[in-house]
Amino acid sequence: MKIYTTHGIRLSLAFLITLVSIINLAVAQTSTVSGTITDATDGSPLPGATVIEKGTMNGTVTDMSGTFSLTVSDDAVLVFTFVGFASQEVAVKDQTEINIALTQDYEELGEVVVIGYGETTTKELTGAVSIVKSDAIVQRQVPRVDQALQGQLSGVNITSNSGAPGGSANIRIRGLSTNGDNNPLILVDGVVYDAAGLNALNPSDIESINVLKDATAGIYGVRAANGVVIIETKKGSKNTRPTLEMSGYYGIQQTSRKLDLLNAREYAILKNEAFAAGGQIPPFANTELGTGTDWQDEVFGTAPIQNYNLTVTGGSEKTTYNIGGSYFKQEGIVGSEKAQFERYNGRVNFITELAPNVKLTHVTLFTHEESSGLPQNGIGSVLYNAINAYPTASVRENNRYSYLENVSDIINPIPQMENSYNWSIANKITGKEEIEYTINNDFKVSGRAGYNYAIVDDKTFSPLVWYGDSKAQNTAANANLDPRTVMIGNTVIERGANVYESRATYLDYNLEAFFNYDHTFNSSHTVKGTAGVSYFGNSSSGLNGTGYNIPNNSLDLADISANQATGGYLNNVGSFQVKSRLASIFLRAEYDYQKRYLLSAIIRRDGSTRFGENNRFGYFPSVSGAWIFSDESFISMPAFISFGKLRASYGISGNDRIGDFRYRASLGGEGNYVFNDAIVIGSAIGAAGNPDLKWETTEQTNIGMDLTLFNNIDLTANYFIKNTRDLLFQPAVSAILGTYGAGSSPPVVNGGDVRNSGLELDLGYEMVGNNGFSFGATYNVTFIKNEVLRVPEGFAFIPGAGFSVGGNVATRFEAGFPIGYFIGYETDGIFQNQQEIAESSVTQAGAQPGDLRFVDQNGDGVISFGDNADKTMIGSPVPDFTMGLNLNVGYMGIDLSANIYAAVGQEIIRNYERQQPYANQLAYNIARWTGEGSTDEYPRLTTGATQNTTFSDFYVEDGSYIRLKNVQLGYTLPSDLTEKIGIRNLRLYASANNLITLTRYLGYDPDLGSGDPLSAGVDNGFYPQARMFMGGLNIKF
Amino acid sequence: MKRIYISLIVLAAVLITPSCDEMLDLEPQFAQDAESYFNTPADYEQALTGAYDLLQTSYTTYWIGEIASDNSIAGGESVNDSRSLHEIDEMTHNPVNPLLQDVLRFNFAGITRANFLLENKDNIEFEGKEKLIAEAKFLRAYYYFELVKVFGAVPLIVDRRIGIEEATSIARTPASEVYAQIEQDLVDAAEVLDWKDPDKGRVTKGAALGLLGRAYLYQDKFDEAAAVLDEVINDGPFSTITITDSQGFSDLFSVAEEGNTESVFEIEYTGLEGGSYDCFVCLEGNVAVGFNGPYQYEGPVYRSGNRYNVPTQDLYDFYDPSDLRRDGSILDIEAFKAAQPNPDDISYTPGAGGHTGYYNNKYIPRQSETGLPDVVLTSPVNHRVIRYPDVLLMAAEAHNRKASPDDVLARTYLNEVRNRVGMGDITSSGTDLTNAIWAERRLELAGEGLRFFDLVRTGQAASAIDGFVAGKHELFPIPQVEIDLAGGNWEQNPMY
Repeated sequence: MKIYTTHGIRLSLAFLITLVSIINLAVAQTSTVSGTITDATDGSPLPGATVIEKGTMNGTVTDMSGTFSLTVSDDAVLVFTFVGFASQEVAVKDQTEINIALTQDYEELGEVVVIGYGETTTKELTGAVSIVKSDAIVQRQVPRVDQALQGQLSGVNITSNSGAPGGSANIRIRGLSTNGDNNPLILVDGVVYDAAGLNALNPSDIESINVLKDATAGIYGVRAANGVVIIETKKGSKNTRPTLEMSGYYGIQQTSRKLDLLNAREYAILKNEAFAAGGQIPPFANTELGTGTDWQDEVFGTAPIQNYNLTVTGGSEKTTYNIGGSYFKQEGIVGSEKAQFERYNGRVNFITELAPNVKLTHVTLFTHEESSGLPQNGIGSVLYNAINAYPTASVRENNRYSYLENVSDIINPIPQMENSYNWSIANKITGKEEIEYTINNDFKVSGRAGYNYAIVDDKTFSPLVWYGDSKAQNTAANANLDPRTVMIGNTVIERGANVYESRATYLDYNLEAFFNYDHTFNSSHTVKGTAGVSYFGNSSSGLNGTGYNIPNNSLDLADISANQATGGYLNNVGSFQVKSRLASIFLRAEYDYQKRYLLSAIIRRDGSTRFGENNRFGYFPSVSGAWIFSDESFISMPAFISFGKLRASYGISGNDRIGDFRYRASLGGEGNYVFNDAIVIGSAIGAAGNPDLKWETTEQTNIGMDLTLFNNIDLTANYFIKNTRDLLFQPAVSAILGTYGAGSSPPVVNGGDVRNSGLELDLGYEMVGNNGFSFGATYNVTFIKNEVLRVPEGFAFIPGAGFSVGGNVATRFEAGFPIGYFIGYETDGIFQNQQEIAESSVTQAGAQPGDLRFVDQNGDGVISFGDNADKTMIGSPVPDFTMGLNLNVGYMGIDLSANIYAAVGQEIIRNYERQQPYANQLAYNIARWTGEGSTDEYPRLTTGATQNTTFSDFYVEDGSYIRLKNVQLGYTLPSDLTEKIGIRNLRLYASANNLITLTRYLGYDPDLGSGDPLSAGVDNGFYPQARMFMGGLNIKF
Repeated sequence: MKRIYISLIVLAAVLITPSCDEMLDLEPQFAQDAESYFNTPADYEQALTGAYDLLQTSYTTYWIGEIASDNSIAGGESVNDSRSLHEIDEMTHNPVNPLLQDVLRFNFAGITRANFLLENKDNIEFEGKEKLIAEAKFLRAYYYFELVKVFGAVPLIVDRRIGIEEATSIARTPASEVYAQIEQDLVDAAEVLDWKDPDKGRVTKGAALGLLGRAYLYQDKFDEAAAVLDEVINDGPFSTITITDSQGFSDLFSVAEEGNTESVFEIEYTGLEGGSYDCFVCLEGNVAVGFNGPYQYEGPVYRSGNRYNVPTQDLYDFYDPSDLRRDGSILDIEAFKAAQPNPDDISYTPGAGGHTGYYNNKYIPRQSETGLPDVVLTSPVNHRVIRYPDVLLMAAEAHNRKASPDDVLARTYLNEVRNRVGMGDITSSGTDLTNAIWAERRLELAGEGLRFFDLVRTGQAASAIDGFVAGKHELFPIPQVEIDLAGGNWEQNPMY
């Protein structure tokens, strides 16, 4: 009762002050406000509480006696916050003194979190959910939303697939749980996106990203095993006047690294040595060739990046809106406009009350994307050619590009870039219409329809080109660019330049309806329930055609309509159709007692067209609970613990990501043969069938704790064990199944288990000091142990990526090891002389002084190159731990932020060296073995037979790195200055991405990933992420 | 208003729920399924074409037949390029050998496609079905023969497909039983097929009997071999072609000479579809021909290739200089250069994988015979699997080595082969005649992928091939990965 009284008095006081202020308004335009902030429970002052002018960087904190003073603009709204207390907003109008009593009801922990078919609060969460807010995403200045997540959250690992413009990233939540598709389910405003489709989003449109990491993601059933990423875009707020916000940045990019390769002189000397050792004539009579051509300098350039946004947001009594548009363009550091990504998007988010208690949410995003690309990551790519092209050749010779004829599969990368003409244009429209009807205080019912429609047009022009004799990329018959001819029947047909065009449309849609029930009995028992149905469908199709003999070998006429193919003989067309469906029912029940004991249970039934009739439907249950022990009266909390919660969850979810109809034996094989000198189309079994095919099942247990210390340190810790069973495999199968004909493939089978267990820690600290000084830091670290527990019956292991061209299997999926671990020979230095080889207790066939000495793993006294007996684990692509550190400092309008990310303990396979006699080599070869005692690390060079090129730990490097992802310095102009020109807020900044990387890795970029978990950590000449320097501007009107 | 909204939502939910489960019964669009096939004669035709497709992987055993023998060495860019072939060349091959794995995989793919058709042979009745079945049986026999000559015992699967479970428990069937099935299939095929087929490229009675004769010979079943080969010679439409110069002999292997009177069984290739190094099994061109050419060759007549499978000096010297087949079979590149009007304009690059100065002049890329890119992979030249001279020589050997030899007939056949290229008669008998026939096989058939298997079946391999270990190298090792994939219960071939 006493509290109510006090409360009442304070309210009256506030009212009085307001009255006084209103009177003041008439006489003066005061701009300094002061006051005291107190704890509403006992009236004690709150030192260190924050006062911020809403929508600006202007703010301060209270001193030891809880008082503050702040200069504000006329129409300012002040936000008073203190950790563990409900924040309050007060319009200043013309008050000079504002005293605030904050209520200790964890309003901050009352932050709304979207959890799937409903919302909850941070406080009431029973699952392991990580949240990133808008600021942290925008600050990164990255083209794609997923890139902004790197290092932000524990348990969420982001690796890059390519540094090329438009290149995607891999989002991995709590490790690799499958050898297949590890992508999480991504929902943007409730609409399903695939990972590649995130390109369509402008990072600065994002309001929040919530990641459901544990079994509570099970509300999404068969799609939840890899976690769920819930992205909400920005919406307006009610009763706010329109705000126009303009922002943009422009920057330049350069490669973050060049490889240390041999120059011409070094190359000539080393090749002479290698040829001599191989019993061949040394090719260079004169080795004094200077530095020669630096092919990397020739292919790498400086390229621009730019981004501009315009947003209008606001709201009336019943309607809120957030409307915006943006433009983004990034050119490649290799190939500039030949490898670029450009995005225009327009967005309308609109929420309105159609009728009392009936809310309509409308979301539309239109995106137009244009991109071009060059061959990358692997043999035939521009970088691979630049690495292996020899420095003794000049870029041009004899008035043409040089042919690099000494290495058959390397072509001159400069004309390769010039001759590349491809465009991909995507027009996408994504949206949602949702109606929410609040029936009464307890019941709500929602229905929504989401859709994602894209039209993707591709065009590739292949002119007649000539890169020199015997180059596989030649399309002309000779250096004069004469077309090749083919005989069809008795007709000679020229095969000129061709153009390939395709149009594909992709549509997916979901229809969902659900009830939410929420009632509190006797003010302490809260019961919530959710029940609903969901239907998700996907329907895509495409047409494509190739036209030959484009006139004049000319880009200007590059259209299939311009083809002049004789009789149309060579032209061809194709099409595809894809359909899949998912029908689901879900239930969730939640109960809490006084917000202190919380329990939640979920069950979902999913039916998917991807599975055979024997296993069409699956049930996915999960339970979770939490205990807020800091609210217990019987525990006497140390004073520094402001909040404490223990959580536990357990549940089962699934992964349905394989192709459609894989349970059926298809007729998709290629079975063509030649009769009467013409190709006759036959039929053949494509993928073999498996009617018992079903989803992968993940069983996850999570134990976690959330603590708030000293009111400003947040600590979250989670320990989890995630067991995934029945992995979907399309393993190499025995030849006798007959699935290795053209277009055929082995059946998909369920077999194999994987366990991920790990510990995640998130730490956050925030303080606002006196004199406008503020400091914030978040740190997270994730330790994950990944282990394959079982492979399918009858398989010792599943072979993964290969090493070198046509070389050995270098990675495996095998019980007892991490997914995709590296398997090969362990080396033990270099044989220094013949005697050492002769006296060695181990026989190594063909060994000569200077060769790598392999370790006899099975102890039989012989290194066997013919089987796997002496191969062992020589690396793993899975980091021991990853961590992120994000720092923010603000002072007097100046803000400085930095994001650092580190991944430690993983290895990378160096697989971009073409082991051919004339290919250029990395500079480490200068330290090669040249005679007894010269080195125990780098083997001799020879063109002769050697096992040094066999996959061994010599080709495995430490891939650990720490990278300064972004550093940014900004300055917000004083508002009294900008107000004069009608600008509410003006911020200027300079920013740099990927400025510093510390690593021992020799390749371009240690941050390399792959969509295929068995190819992770294999570097085939990875397109590095650019180093970017940007300057930008944010203006709010 | 409220009622309308709520009813709409409830209606939507009610509509979605019950109909959902049925909506999951989705069939693939515009595509037939393996389980719903063989409803029309066209289905059978297409499945048969699919079974033919794997014939075009004959480059694998073609290379082995030459490179493992004393006829040629692996060649190529370096010894580390195509290590599979270099190891086979050196007789150092072991159970890690991607080429041998391809032999196993591709031929079983062919067998599976033939079995897919034969499994469904009783679905419908239509005119001409017997012939389709006969062709399928021929193909199955051909693929099994490829396997048994390389690996010996292999699992025998007849008229059915096996599932993933069975694949890990099925045992290797002894070679004799595999041969019995090959013989049965070829006998069945020969009964139905005609000597000539209106379609170029379809197998005929001659092909079936020729292959049967070869299968008998590989088992030393000389009486049976003599009988079926005589049938080919006496009843078949084949005849020898008289050759007067080495160019003419080389030309027998040109596109223009495909299907000539010496052609008993050819595998068809075309240059009408481009190819890539990523998928040799997808090719429609003859990769062996493209690979045999000199590298970075610039000059007349020939075209650039990958300098693989280069003939040895030993083979070159084996010919009598007067034998036009020497220069018809082997290209002496320097001699050829010197004979041209502008030798200095002709160039090529020898490889570090072994260079002898010779190239295979039968299967070699020629400027007049080119396909779509990559031209090395799209040679349209057919692989002559059985030529009539081979039939004559096989028949000669069978008559010479059968229980009651008929050396007169054997000599007749042998001399028919020799006389047609201007070589004189052989007059010997008994073992001398056997040796003469074997020698003639090398002279006539060099570079055609038969030599290694001939040496093995005649017991000459150990003496002719450096590094050949008797009791071991007659068979190639089953790739270790295939033993693992088959459940690990296959025993490796001896001494590997």
